[in-house]
Amino acid sequence: MGEVLVITSGKGGVGKTTTAANIGTALSLLGKKVVIVDADIGLRNLDVVMGLENRIVYDIVDVTQGICRLKQALIKDKRYDGLYLLPAAQTKDKTAIQPKQMLALSKRLKEEFDYILIDCPAGIEQGFKNAIAGADKAIVVTAPEISAVRDADRIIGLLEANEIYNPKLIVNKVRIDMVKKGDMMDIDDMIDILAIELLGVIPDDQSIVISTNRGEPAVTDENSLAGRAFKNIAERILGNEVPFLDLDVDESFFRKFARKLGFK
Amino acid sequence: MFNMFGRGNRRDHKSKEIAKERLKLVLVHDRANVSPHFLEMIKGDIVGVIKDYIEVDEKGLEITITKTKREYDDTMVPALVANIPIKRMKYREK
Repeated sequence: MGEVLVITSGKGGVGKTTTAANIGTALSLLGKKVVIVDADIGLRNLDVVMGLENRIVYDIVDVTQGICRLKQALIKDKRYDGLYLLPAAQTKDKTAIQPKQMLALSKRLKEEFDYILIDCPAGIEQGFKNAIAGADKAIVVTAPEISAVRDADRIIGLLEANEIYNPKLIVNKVRIDMVKKGDMMDIDDMIDILAIELLGVIPDDQSIVISTNRGEPAVTDENSLAGRAFKNIAERILGNEVPFLDLDVDESFFRKFARKLGFK
Repeated sequence: MFNMFGRGNRRDHKSKEIAKERLKLVLVHDRANVSPHFLEMIKGDIVGVIKDYIEVDEKGLEITITKTKREYDDTMVPALVANIPIKRMKYREK
């Protein structure tokens, strides 16, 4: 019996889709059978991030409306064993699916897969309600900006109201140089404010843009720091303890020294 | 005196500190779901409780959610502040 994880944020543009694609790919590389579901109906994007846009025939709405069988809509990623995509519809809108149908779909996917990752649309309306309908657990993605953290706080409240407790936090787009100057909130600040458990920290990394251009998730790039951070998150999802990456390799000594002197 | 060493505690002026403070305040409101209606309800109940003892100026009554420095450790905490102008004390000890 698999587990359904919804990846959500409230705010758009913080990296939900990138996170879904990378964690999904990393889990498949760790030997799990994974399907990533694009729940952003009308604004399909997970397909291009994963580089599978040319292989779509049917989509999630076709499945829920009985136009095709589930198997026909699932796209197998030929590069990574055990990785599948269930694409969103591009021409319909969010009302084309009801939460009840998503719940039923999640149950069917759980029989087949170890992990079902649901890429939630931005916002808190029907698309969000659909995306969380069948979720067992939630991952909240945020960025070190007031707007993103505020929305994350709202989402955590809404998840609880829908009986999805203890969501885990991913802080994306962290720029360690700005954190050091005191011009970006650091991880402790955000954990303190949101009061949830940290699942991982992803640096703002050019390799994400490059890998998205190519349609190959960053976890497959050995040299990508963001990719390594995503891999670690996948390990933590499997229950393995992995220390948090030191995003500040060069100056960590100086920082430790500064801390000892009483500067944070 | 402190200015001899520069601008005092400069860390407080870093933009991340400003972000944190603004975020904390906005979240107090968001989490409390403080609608004007909600505050009106509190107002009505407070007046109801104290009117037997004190005659208050209901029009001048203000109630807001704000932040205040907690005395024993100086951290900022949310606070419900009611400003209740008194017209007359009704209660007399016998």
